[in-house]
Amino acid sequence: MRKQALNIILVLSLAALAACNKNGGGYDNGQFGSGGNGDVNALGVVTPGSPAEFQTAVGDRVLFGVDQSSLSAEAQVILDAQASWLMENSEYVAVVEGHADEQGTREYNLALGARRANAVKEYLVSLGVAGSRLKTVSYGKERPLEICSAERCYEKNRRAVSVLDNLNF
Amino acid sequence: MKLRILIFAIVAFCAQSVSAEPLRIKITEGVVEPLPFAAPTFVAEDAGGKGFAEKLTQLVAQDLASTGLFREIPYQAYISSITSFSSPIQFSDWKAINAQALVVGAVSASASGEMVVKFRVYDVFSNAELGSGLKFSGTVDGWRRMGHKVADVIYTRLTGESGYFDSRIVFVSESGRKGARKKRLAIMDQDGANVQFLTDSADLVLAPRFSPAGERVLYTSYETGFPQIYMLDVGTVSKRSLRNDEGTMSFAPRFSPDGNSVVYSLEKGGNTDIYLLNLSTGNTKRLSDAPSIETAPSFSPDGSQIVFESDRSGTQQLYVMSSSGGSAKRISFGQGRYGTPVWSPRGDMIAFTKQNRGRFHIGVMRTDGSEERLLTASFLDEGPTWSPNGRVIAFTRETQGANGSSKLYTVDISGRNLRVLPTPDGASDAAWSPLGR
Repeated sequence: MRKQALNIILVLSLAALAACNKNGGGYDNGQFGSGGNGDVNALGVVTPGSPAEFQTAVGDRVLFGVDQSSLSAEAQVILDAQASWLMENSEYVAVVEGHADEQGTREYNLALGARRANAVKEYLVSLGVAGSRLKTVSYGKERPLEICSAERCYEKNRRAVSVLDNLNF
Repeated sequence: MKLRILIFAIVAFCAQSVSAEPLRIKITEGVVEPLPFAAPTFVAEDAGGKGFAEKLTQLVAQDLASTGLFREIPYQAYISSITSFSSPIQFSDWKAINAQALVVGAVSASASGEMVVKFRVYDVFSNAELGSGLKFSGTVDGWRRMGHKVADVIYTRLTGESGYFDSRIVFVSESGRKGARKKRLAIMDQDGANVQFLTDSADLVLAPRFSPAGERVLYTSYETGFPQIYMLDVGTVSKRSLRNDEGTMSFAPRFSPDGNSVVYSLEKGGNTDIYLLNLSTGNTKRLSDAPSIETAPSFSPDGSQIVFESDRSGTQQLYVMSSSGGSAKRISFGQGRYGTPVWSPRGDMIAFTKQNRGRFHIGVMRTDGSEERLLTASFLDEGPTWSPNGRVIAFTRETQGANGSSKLYTVDISGRNLRVLPTPDGASDAAWSPLGR
């Protein structure tokens, strides 16, 4: 069931993938950036089990409401897929990076980002991902992805991003 | 409220010495007419002194004028000139241009780099000297600091309060675009001179705080990839990690008033609480234990209490607890969210950041939460820090939008005299040193 959902997302994501890569990954906080060219062939097909697949087909991030750290239904769908992927690709570990929008004080936003990162970690663990494979960190409001001062940017900045690291490298 | 006390101090002081005419300080709904003063160029008493007389006098005058309490009378208005430190003052000439205070000084500098500054302060309208003449000796490379010390004495004689000019500010220097900002620690004199960088920008750093004696700085760094607290020696620029507990984040550190402990926030499993670290034993003690966010702790100057912010009520609010931990009393009850509380060095007030209806404010309140007053308003003001005499607050103001950037500002505790602090680049997270550092 979960696998099927993943396949649907995969298909939907393929078209969007090239566009994603044109952005150069933006500031991605991650060691993998846009996933590396080796993960995507000339036809835009994602290598299964690659960080690129995790970032684009699975979805490496979930978004939060203002001052919230609870997981929405949409976030849970993405995290279900993240958990499946992580359990199938055991050579990867992840750091969940929590972020806040700029509408808050620095210290509070650090603590809020930690709450968000931890909410993701706990959910992934509840689905069977070993807690030892997941670390959390908060950047508070220090690393906005979108830099306008409006809700359309803030909603993308209130995020938790699962950044992969490969144990074999 | 505090400003009224300050004004009263000026008036009371002048009433003591003025017999014929009172000083003409006009108080109109809390707005003070700055006291006009004259500071003729200090007399150069030797060839070495010539190189410093003008810039030293300017620095003293700028310090005084920067407070908004005093206004310098331009030298073009002068009737008298001061050609000798010891010649009698022609008070009528200074009265005629309405100089209520007159600063007369002299400077000499030897070939070996020894420097001497002498000065006197006069209450013009009572034909009398305020206090007695003072002499500072030092080396020429410390001329700015000597000037700040002179200004501090003058400030004290005119207001009855200690000054803040011979002090420094540690802050985060910012460069680069908003989404990938580079941050490094820097320190400078309170007037923006003598900027020195304390870290490079390889690792994200946040919120430096001075020790009570000003020789050390606490801050948060992502050096390990995770935020942890560090202590830096300002003189040697050497640093050491204070906490590095796997799987946790530590941040928001501040010294206790005796400098022996650090109060900070520790995040574990998504929950942030307040802890106390004993710097000599390395032992930690948990001071708060709640599932909510507890952060931004700040000691009262007597060390007995800690003010902090918590969202235990549902939104960020300010609370005070004993410095040994335990139950806390909420002190903020206005509209909006309150954060980053800082106890004033006088112990009587708490400065804070307030967020309400999409605007940010710097404000002050009594330590029981009464008499809340907002001093500023903008898209994003935060992170107040007190001048060593508790009269001025420095804070971060960030402008909005994709090209938004941060600058440091100062404002006095009546909400007057808003000024930008000059910094080489963007700047945030100021912390003011004690006086004399």
